[in-house]
Amino acid sequence: MNKPLLGVVLGTILGAFDGLTAWFTPAVRNALLGIVIGSTIKGLIAGVLIGFFARKVNSLALGILFGLAVGLLLAFVVAAMQPGPDHYYFAIMLPGGIVGTIIGYATQRFGSPVPATH
Amino acid sequence: MTRFLSDSALERLREAADSPDLTGTRYRLVDKLGQGGMGGVYCVEDTELERKVALKVISVPDPDGTWTARLLQEARIIARLEHPGIVPVHDAGLLPDGRPYYTMKLVQGKRLDEHVESVPSLSDRLRLFLRICDPVAFAHAHGVLHRDLKPANIMIGPFGEVLVMDWGLSKVLGPSPSKDIPIDRADADPSAESRASLTGHGRIIGTPGYMSPEQVHGDDSLDQRADIYSLGAILQFLTTAEYSGPIAKPLSAIRMCAMAENPDARFRTVSDLATDVAHFLDGLSVTAYPEGPLARAWRWVVRNRTWILLLLAYMLVRTMLIFFQPR
Repeated sequence: MNKPLLGVVLGTILGAFDGLTAWFTPAVRNALLGIVIGSTIKGLIAGVLIGFFARKVNSLALGILFGLAVGLLLAFVVAAMQPGPDHYYFAIMLPGGIVGTIIGYATQRFGSPVPATH
Repeated sequence: MTRFLSDSALERLREAADSPDLTGTRYRLVDKLGQGGMGGVYCVEDTELERKVALKVISVPDPDGTWTARLLQEARIIARLEHPGIVPVHDAGLLPDGRPYYTMKLVQGKRLDEHVESVPSLSDRLRLFLRICDPVAFAHAHGVLHRDLKPANIMIGPFGEVLVMDWGLSKVLGPSPSKDIPIDRADADPSAESRASLTGHGRIIGTPGYMSPEQVHGDDSLDQRADIYSLGAILQFLTTAEYSGPIAKPLSAIRMCAMAENPDARFRTVSDLATDVAHFLDGLSVTAYPEGPLARAWRWVVRNRTWILLLLAYMLVRTMLIFFQPR
Protein backbone atom coordinates (compact mmCIF):
# COMPACT_ATOMS: atom_id res chain seq x y z
CA MET A 1 0.00 0.00 0.00
CA ASN A 2 1.42 3.41 -0.87
CA LYS A 3 2.20 5.89 1.88
CA PRO A 4 -0.63 8.40 1.39
CA LEU A 5 -3.23 5.63 1.09
CA LEU A 6 -1.86 3.83 4.15
CA GLY A 7 -1.97 7.14 6.04
CA VAL A 8 -5.61 7.72 5.04
CA VAL A 9 -6.74 4.17 5.90
CA LEU A 10 -4.88 4.07 9.21
CA GLY A 11 -5.87 7.63 10.15
CA THR A 12 -9.54 6.90 9.46
CA ILE A 13 -9.55 3.62 11.42
CA LEU A 14 -7.62 5.00 14.39
CA GLY A 15 -9.69 8.20 14.34
CA ALA A 16 -12.93 6.23 14.44
CA PHE A 17 -11.59 3.99 17.20
CA ASP A 18 -10.40 7.04 19.12
CA GLY A 19 -13.87 8.53 18.85
CA LEU A 20 -15.54 5.31 19.99
CA THR A 21 -13.60 5.38 23.25
CA ALA A 22 -15.84 8.34 24.21
CA TRP A 23 -18.44 5.68 25.04
CA PHE A 24 -16.52 5.11 28.28
CA THR A 25 -17.23 8.70 29.30
CA PRO A 26 -20.88 8.79 30.39
CA ALA A 27 -21.03 12.58 30.25
CA VAL A 28 -20.54 12.65 26.47
CA ARG A 29 -22.13 9.31 25.55
CA ASN A 30 -25.18 11.07 24.13
CA ALA A 31 -22.99 12.86 21.61
CA LEU A 32 -21.11 9.68 20.61
CA LEU A 33 -22.07 9.74 16.92
CA GLY A 34 -20.89 13.31 16.45
CA ILE A 35 -17.67 12.57 18.32
CA VAL A 36 -16.98 9.49 16.20
CA ILE A 37 -17.65 11.38 12.95
CA GLY A 38 -15.50 14.32 14.06
CA SER A 39 -12.71 12.06 15.27
CA THR A 40 -12.80 10.04 12.04
CA ILE A 41 -12.51 13.19 9.95
CA LYS A 42 -9.67 14.39 12.17
CA GLY A 43 -7.89 11.04 11.70
CA LEU A 44 -8.47 11.18 7.95
CA ILE A 45 -7.00 14.68 7.69
CA ALA A 46 -4.03 13.63 9.82
CA GLY A 47 -3.57 10.52 7.64
CA VAL A 48 -3.59 12.56 4.41
CA LEU A 49 -1.07 15.09 5.73
CA ILE A 50 1.24 12.49 7.29
CA GLY A 51 0.96 10.17 4.27
CA PHE A 52 1.93 12.90 1.81
CA PHE A 53 4.75 14.00 4.09
CA ALA A 54 6.02 10.40 4.16
CA ARG A 55 5.96 10.34 0.37
CA LYS A 56 8.12 13.47 0.22
CA VAL A 57 10.44 12.78 3.15
CA ASN A 58 11.86 9.30 3.52
CA SER A 59 12.93 9.36 7.17
CA LEU A 60 11.50 7.35 10.05
CA ALA A 61 12.51 9.92 12.67
CA LEU A 62 11.09 12.89 10.74
CA GLY A 63 7.96 10.91 9.90
CA ILE A 64 7.33 10.17 13.56
CA LEU A 65 8.03 13.79 14.55
CA PHE A 66 5.73 15.14 11.85
CA GLY A 67 3.01 12.65 12.85
CA LEU A 68 3.30 13.72 16.47
CA ALA A 69 3.12 17.41 15.52
CA VAL A 70 0.09 16.96 13.24
CA GLY A 71 -1.67 14.75 15.79
CA LEU A 72 -1.09 17.29 18.55
CA LEU A 73 -2.10 20.24 16.38
CA LEU A 74 -5.36 18.73 15.16
CA ALA A 75 -6.19 17.52 18.67
CA PHE A 76 -5.47 21.02 19.99
CA VAL A 77 -7.91 22.49 17.45
CA VAL A 78 -10.57 19.94 18.47
CA ALA A 79 -9.99 20.66 22.16
CA ALA A 80 -10.13 24.41 21.60
CA MET A 81 -13.49 23.98 19.82
CA GLN A 82 -15.05 22.24 22.84
CA PRO A 83 -17.96 24.23 24.23
CA GLY A 84 -18.00 25.15 27.90
CA PRO A 85 -15.29 26.06 30.34
CA ASP A 86 -13.44 22.69 30.18
CA HIS A 87 -11.54 22.07 27.01
CA TYR A 88 -9.92 18.76 28.07
CA TYR A 89 -6.66 19.69 26.33
CA PHE A 90 -4.68 16.95 28.06
CA ALA A 91 -7.31 14.23 27.57
CA ILE A 92 -7.72 15.04 23.88
CA MET A 93 -4.19 16.01 22.87
CA LEU A 94 -2.30 13.13 24.49
CA PRO A 95 -4.03 10.30 22.60
CA GLY A 96 -4.21 12.51 19.51
CA GLY A 97 -0.44 12.90 19.59
CA ILE A 98 0.07 9.15 19.98
CA VAL A 99 -2.29 8.42 17.09
CA GLY A 100 -0.32 10.86 14.92
CA THR A 101 2.92 9.18 15.99
CA ILE A 102 1.53 5.74 15.08
CA ILE A 103 0.46 6.97 11.64
CA GLY A 104 3.85 8.67 11.12
CA TYR A 105 5.69 5.49 12.06
CA ALA A 106 3.46 3.19 10.03
CA THR A 107 3.57 5.26 6.83
CA GLN A 108 7.38 5.40 6.92
CA ARG A 109 7.88 1.79 7.97
CA PHE A 110 5.22 -0.04 6.00
CA GLY A 111 4.14 2.29 3.20
CA SER A 112 5.58 1.60 -0.23
CA PRO A 113 6.79 4.60 -2.21
CA VAL A 114 4.59 5.74 -5.07
CA PRO A 115 6.23 4.65 -8.34
CA ALA A 116 7.58 7.50 -10.44
CA THR A 117 5.47 8.41 -13.46
CA HIS A 118 7.11 9.08 -16.80
CA MET B 1 77.12 -18.19 -14.16
CA THR B 2 75.02 -17.96 -11.01
CA ARG B 3 78.24 -17.60 -9.08
CA PHE B 4 78.68 -14.08 -10.51
CA LEU B 5 75.12 -12.83 -9.99
CA SER B 6 73.49 -11.71 -6.79
CA ASP B 7 70.14 -13.17 -5.74
CA SER B 8 68.35 -9.92 -6.49
CA ALA B 9 69.91 -9.74 -9.95
CA LEU B 10 68.84 -13.33 -10.58
CA GLU B 11 65.33 -12.51 -9.41
CA ARG B 12 65.17 -9.54 -11.79
CA LEU B 13 66.34 -11.76 -14.65
CA ARG B 14 63.73 -14.36 -13.78
CA GLU B 15 61.02 -11.71 -13.72
CA ALA B 16 62.18 -10.34 -17.05
CA ALA B 17 62.05 -13.82 -18.57
CA ASP B 18 58.55 -14.37 -17.16
CA SER B 19 57.25 -11.00 -18.37
CA PRO B 20 54.96 -11.31 -21.36
CA ASP B 21 56.39 -10.31 -24.73
CA LEU B 22 54.02 -7.59 -25.85
CA THR B 23 56.02 -6.55 -28.92
CA GLY B 24 53.75 -5.64 -31.80
CA THR B 25 50.58 -5.84 -29.68
CA ARG B 26 48.33 -3.01 -28.61
CA TYR B 27 49.46 -3.50 -25.01
CA ARG B 28 52.31 -1.94 -23.07
CA LEU B 29 53.54 -3.50 -19.84
CA VAL B 30 53.00 -1.32 -16.77
CA ASP B 31 53.38 -3.54 -13.73
CA LYS B 32 53.08 -7.05 -12.40
CA LEU B 33 49.98 -7.52 -10.25
CA GLY B 34 50.32 -11.05 -9.02
CA GLN B 35 51.30 -14.62 -9.64
CA GLY B 36 48.84 -17.50 -9.63
CA GLY B 37 49.16 -21.22 -10.05
CA MET B 38 49.49 -21.30 -13.80
CA GLY B 39 50.19 -17.75 -14.76
CA GLY B 40 50.90 -14.19 -13.91
CA VAL B 41 48.59 -11.21 -14.00
CA TYR B 42 49.99 -7.92 -15.27
CA CYS B 43 48.73 -4.39 -15.46
CA VAL B 44 49.09 -3.32 -19.09
CA GLU B 45 48.05 -0.24 -21.00
CA ASP B 46 45.78 -0.70 -24.00
CA THR B 47 47.42 1.87 -26.26
CA GLU B 48 44.48 2.03 -28.68
CA LEU B 49 41.79 2.69 -26.11
CA GLU B 50 44.22 4.46 -23.77
CA ARG B 51 43.19 2.61 -20.66
CA LYS B 52 44.78 0.20 -18.27
CA VAL B 53 43.61 -3.41 -18.26
CA ALA B 54 44.71 -6.61 -16.55
CA LEU B 55 46.46 -9.22 -18.68
CA LYS B 56 46.66 -12.83 -17.59
CA VAL B 57 49.28 -15.01 -19.23
CA ILE B 58 50.66 -18.49 -18.65
CA SER B 59 54.03 -18.54 -16.98
CA VAL B 60 54.66 -22.26 -16.60
CA PRO B 61 56.03 -24.72 -19.13
CA ASP B 62 53.19 -26.12 -21.20
CA PRO B 63 54.52 -28.87 -23.44
CA ASP B 64 51.18 -30.61 -23.99
CA GLY B 65 49.06 -27.47 -24.21
CA THR B 66 47.02 -28.26 -21.09
CA TRP B 67 47.57 -24.85 -19.52
CA THR B 68 46.90 -23.08 -22.79
CA ALA B 69 43.59 -24.89 -23.15
CA ARG B 70 42.67 -24.13 -19.55
CA LEU B 71 43.50 -20.42 -19.85
CA LEU B 72 41.46 -20.10 -23.02
CA GLN B 73 38.62 -22.08 -21.42
CA GLU B 74 38.75 -19.71 -18.45
CA ALA B 75 38.56 -16.71 -20.81
CA ARG B 76 35.60 -18.23 -22.68
CA ILE B 77 33.77 -19.06 -19.47
CA ILE B 78 34.19 -15.55 -18.09
CA ALA B 79 33.21 -14.07 -21.45
CA ARG B 80 29.89 -15.92 -21.39
CA LEU B 81 29.18 -14.79 -17.84
CA GLU B 82 28.17 -11.19 -18.39
CA HIS B 83 27.31 -10.01 -14.90
CA PRO B 84 28.28 -6.89 -12.89
CA GLY B 85 29.82 -9.19 -10.27
CA ILE B 86 32.11 -10.93 -12.74
CA VAL B 87 35.10 -9.17 -14.31
CA PRO B 88 34.53 -8.77 -18.06
CA VAL B 89 37.03 -10.20 -20.54
CA HIS B 90 38.08 -7.79 -23.29
CA ASP B 91 40.37 -9.78 -25.52
CA ALA B 92 42.15 -13.15 -25.83
CA GLY B 93 44.83 -14.57 -28.09
CA LEU B 94 48.49 -15.53 -28.40
CA LEU B 95 51.43 -13.27 -27.60
CA PRO B 96 54.43 -13.01 -29.95
CA ASP B 97 56.28 -15.41 -27.62
CA GLY B 98 53.55 -17.99 -28.25
CA ARG B 99 51.99 -17.81 -24.82
CA PRO B 100 48.21 -17.50 -24.60
CA TYR B 101 46.72 -14.54 -22.78
CA TYR B 102 43.50 -12.75 -22.12
CA THR B 103 42.82 -9.23 -20.96
CA MET B 104 40.11 -8.15 -18.60
CA LYS B 105 38.94 -5.11 -16.69
CA LEU B 106 41.54 -3.90 -14.23
CA VAL B 107 39.97 -4.06 -10.78
CA GLN B 108 41.59 -1.85 -8.19
CA GLY B 109 40.22 -2.73 -4.81
CA LYS B 110 40.73 -4.95 -1.82
CA ARG B 111 40.38 -8.68 -1.42
CA LEU B 112 37.57 -9.70 0.91
CA ASP B 113 40.02 -11.03 3.50
CA GLU B 114 41.66 -7.57 3.59
CA HIS B 115 38.42 -5.61 3.32
CA VAL B 116 36.51 -7.42 6.06
CA GLU B 117 38.19 -5.58 8.94
CA SER B 118 36.71 -2.31 7.68
CA VAL B 119 33.19 -3.76 7.97
CA PRO B 120 32.47 -4.03 11.70
CA SER B 121 28.71 -4.53 11.48
CA LEU B 122 27.42 -8.08 11.08
CA SER B 123 24.43 -6.97 9.04
CA ASP B 124 26.73 -5.10 6.61
CA ARG B 125 28.84 -8.24 6.29
CA LEU B 126 25.77 -10.31 5.55
CA ARG B 127 24.67 -7.81 2.91
CA LEU B 128 28.14 -8.16 1.42
CA PHE B 129 27.69 -11.93 1.45
CA LEU B 130 24.41 -11.60 -0.44
CA ARG B 131 26.21 -9.63 -3.13
CA ILE B 132 28.79 -12.41 -3.39
CA CYS B 133 25.99 -14.93 -3.88
CA ASP B 134 24.56 -13.00 -6.86
CA PRO B 135 27.31 -13.69 -9.44
CA VAL B 136 27.74 -17.27 -8.21
CA ALA B 137 24.01 -17.93 -8.64
CA PHE B 138 24.25 -16.32 -12.07
CA ALA B 139 27.16 -18.59 -13.03
CA HIS B 140 25.26 -21.66 -11.81
CA ALA B 141 22.26 -20.61 -13.86
CA HIS B 142 24.60 -20.63 -16.85
CA GLY B 143 25.98 -24.06 -15.96
CA VAL B 144 29.31 -22.92 -14.55
CA LEU B 145 30.87 -23.99 -11.24
CA HIS B 146 33.57 -21.78 -9.77
CA ARG B 147 35.23 -24.47 -7.60
CA ASP B 148 37.60 -22.08 -5.86
CA LEU B 149 35.43 -19.62 -3.96
CA LYS B 150 37.32 -18.10 -1.05
CA PRO B 151 37.84 -14.61 0.43
CA ALA B 152 41.05 -14.14 -1.56
CA ASN B 153 39.05 -14.54 -4.77
CA ILE B 154 36.46 -11.93 -3.89
CA MET B 155 37.35 -8.35 -4.74
CA ILE B 156 35.70 -5.26 -3.29
CA GLY B 157 36.08 -2.30 -5.62
CA PRO B 158 36.62 1.31 -4.58
CA PHE B 159 32.91 2.06 -4.97
CA GLY B 160 31.83 -1.01 -3.02
CA GLU B 161 31.32 -3.21 -6.06
CA VAL B 162 31.72 -6.91 -5.34
CA LEU B 163 33.50 -9.04 -7.92
CA VAL B 164 34.07 -12.78 -7.94
CA MET B 165 37.53 -13.34 -9.41
CA ASP B 166 39.75 -16.15 -10.61
CA TRP B 167 37.61 -18.52 -12.61
CA GLY B 168 40.72 -20.52 -13.49
CA LEU B 169 39.40 -23.68 -11.84
CA SER B 170 35.85 -23.28 -13.05
CA LYS B 171 33.99 -26.09 -14.72
CA VAL B 172 31.16 -26.14 -17.21
CA LEU B 173 28.39 -28.48 -16.13
CA GLY B 174 26.46 -30.64 -18.53
CA PRO B 175 27.35 -31.82 -22.02
CA SER B 176 30.08 -29.59 -23.38
CA PRO B 177 33.24 -30.31 -25.35
CA SER B 178 35.28 -28.17 -22.94
CA LYS B 179 33.71 -29.68 -19.86
CA ASP B 180 36.77 -30.09 -17.72
CA ILE B 181 40.43 -29.94 -18.49
CA PRO B 182 42.39 -32.01 -16.02
CA ILE B 183 45.25 -30.30 -14.31
CA ASP B 184 48.23 -31.92 -12.82
CA ARG B 185 49.45 -29.57 -10.16
CA ALA B 186 52.86 -31.19 -10.23
CA ASP B 187 53.40 -28.99 -13.27
CA ALA B 188 52.18 -25.95 -11.51
CA ASP B 189 53.91 -23.39 -9.43
CA PRO B 190 54.38 -25.09 -6.08
CA SER B 191 53.99 -21.76 -4.32
CA ALA B 192 50.46 -21.47 -5.56
CA GLU B 193 48.88 -20.65 -2.26
CA SER B 194 47.82 -24.00 -0.99
CA ARG B 195 45.62 -24.72 -3.95
CA ALA B 196 45.76 -28.35 -4.59
CA SER B 197 44.82 -29.62 -7.96
CA LEU B 198 43.26 -32.73 -9.03
CA THR B 199 40.23 -34.63 -10.05
CA GLY B 200 39.77 -38.22 -11.02
CA HIS B 201 43.02 -40.04 -10.54
CA GLY B 202 44.08 -38.31 -7.40
CA ARG B 203 43.63 -34.80 -8.69
CA ILE B 204 42.09 -32.25 -6.36
CA ILE B 205 40.96 -28.77 -7.33
CA GLY B 206 40.28 -26.05 -4.82
CA THR B 207 41.55 -24.53 -1.57
CA PRO B 208 41.61 -26.44 1.71
CA GLY B 209 39.15 -25.02 4.20
CA TYR B 210 36.89 -23.80 1.45
CA MET B 211 36.65 -27.05 -0.52
CA SER B 212 33.64 -29.30 -0.09
CA PRO B 213 34.32 -32.87 1.17
CA GLU B 214 33.41 -34.30 -2.23
CA GLN B 215 35.90 -31.92 -3.84
CA VAL B 216 38.58 -33.07 -1.41
CA HIS B 217 37.83 -36.68 -2.35
CA GLY B 218 38.33 -35.83 -6.00
CA ASP B 219 34.73 -36.59 -6.91
CA ASP B 220 34.21 -36.00 -10.63
CA SER B 221 30.48 -35.47 -10.35
CA LEU B 222 30.61 -32.14 -8.54
CA ASP B 223 27.61 -29.89 -8.81
CA GLN B 224 26.61 -26.46 -7.54
CA ARG B 225 26.43 -27.74 -3.98
CA ALA B 226 30.25 -27.77 -3.96
CA ASP B 227 30.19 -23.98 -4.45
CA ILE B 228 27.44 -23.72 -1.83
CA TYR B 229 29.80 -25.39 0.65
CA SER B 230 32.48 -22.80 -0.22
CA LEU B 231 29.95 -20.00 0.22
CA GLY B 232 29.14 -21.46 3.64
CA ALA B 233 32.85 -21.31 4.48
CA ILE B 234 32.93 -17.67 3.30
CA LEU B 235 29.88 -16.98 5.50
CA GLN B 236 31.75 -18.51 8.41
CA PHE B 237 34.75 -16.31 7.62
CA LEU B 238 32.57 -13.20 7.49
CA THR B 239 30.89 -13.98 10.80
CA THR B 240 34.09 -14.75 12.66
CA ALA B 241 36.98 -12.75 11.16
CA GLU B 242 37.65 -9.66 13.26
CA TYR B 243 34.19 -10.06 14.76
CA SER B 244 33.58 -11.03 18.36
CA GLY B 245 29.84 -10.42 18.66
CA PRO B 246 27.37 -13.22 19.33
CA ILE B 247 26.15 -15.21 16.34
CA ALA B 248 22.44 -15.95 16.39
CA LYS B 249 21.40 -19.60 16.21
CA PRO B 250 19.52 -19.22 12.90
CA LEU B 251 22.64 -17.75 11.29
CA SER B 252 24.79 -20.59 12.62
CA ALA B 253 22.19 -23.03 11.29
CA ILE B 254 22.38 -21.43 7.84
CA ARG B 255 26.15 -21.76 7.87
CA MET B 256 26.01 -25.38 9.02
CA CYS B 257 23.39 -26.24 6.42
CA ALA B 258 25.56 -24.73 3.65
CA MET B 259 28.61 -26.63 4.95
CA ALA B 260 26.90 -29.95 5.58
CA GLU B 261 29.13 -32.97 5.00
CA ASN B 262 26.46 -34.58 2.87
CA PRO B 263 25.67 -32.50 -0.25
CA ASP B 264 22.03 -33.62 -0.05
CA ALA B 265 21.73 -31.88 3.32
CA ARG B 266 22.91 -28.53 1.92
CA PHE B 267 20.85 -25.81 0.32
CA ARG B 268 19.86 -26.92 -3.15
CA THR B 269 20.73 -23.63 -4.81
CA VAL B 270 22.69 -20.48 -4.03
CA SER B 271 19.40 -18.58 -4.22
CA ASP B 272 18.01 -20.74 -1.39
CA LEU B 273 21.06 -19.92 0.71
CA ALA B 274 20.84 -16.20 -0.11
CA THR B 275 17.11 -16.16 0.63
CA ASP B 276 17.73 -17.63 4.08
CA VAL B 277 20.42 -15.04 4.83
CA ALA B 278 18.16 -12.23 3.56
CA HIS B 279 15.30 -13.54 5.72
CA PHE B 280 17.62 -13.63 8.72
CA LEU B 281 18.57 -10.00 8.04
CA ASP B 282 14.89 -9.05 7.85
CA GLY B 283 14.09 -10.86 11.10
CA LEU B 284 12.05 -13.53 9.30
CA SER B 285 12.16 -17.29 9.79
CA VAL B 286 14.83 -19.26 7.94
CA THR B 287 14.44 -22.72 6.48
CA ALA B 288 17.70 -23.91 8.03
CA TYR B 289 16.40 -23.29 11.55
CA PRO B 290 12.92 -24.67 12.20
CA GLU B 291 11.37 -22.98 15.20
CA GLY B 292 8.36 -23.63 17.43
CA PRO B 293 5.28 -21.41 17.73
CA LEU B 294 6.61 -19.63 20.82
CA ALA B 295 9.91 -18.76 19.21
CA ARG B 296 8.07 -17.62 16.08
CA ALA B 297 5.74 -15.43 18.14
CA TRP B 298 8.63 -13.90 20.04
CA ARG B 299 10.48 -13.14 16.79
CA TRP B 300 7.33 -11.44 15.49
CA VAL B 301 7.11 -9.34 18.64
CA VAL B 302 10.78 -8.37 18.43
CA ARG B 303 10.44 -7.51 14.74
CA ASN B 304 7.37 -5.35 15.31
CA ARG B 305 8.36 -3.96 18.71
CA THR B 306 8.04 -0.28 17.83
CA TRP B 307 4.62 -0.81 16.31
CA ILE B 308 3.48 -2.83 19.31
CA LEU B 309 4.93 -0.35 21.81
CA LEU B 310 3.12 2.54 20.13
CA LEU B 311 -0.20 0.71 20.18
CA LEU B 312 0.34 -0.31 23.80
CA ALA B 313 1.17 3.30 24.70
CA TYR B 314 -2.06 4.43 23.05
CA MET B 315 -4.12 1.78 24.82
CA LEU B 316 -2.48 2.64 28.14
CA VAL B 317 -3.17 6.35 27.74
CA ARG B 318 -6.75 5.69 26.72
CA THR B 319 -7.30 3.34 29.67
CA MET B 320 -5.76 5.81 32.12
CA LEU B 321 -7.90 8.65 30.78
CA ILE B 322 -11.03 6.52 31.15
CA PHE B 323 -10.26 5.49 34.72
CA PHE B 324 -8.98 8.83 35.92
CA GLN B 325 -11.38 11.16 34.12
CA PRO B 326 -13.04 13.84 36.27
CA ARG B 327 -16.49 12.75 37.40
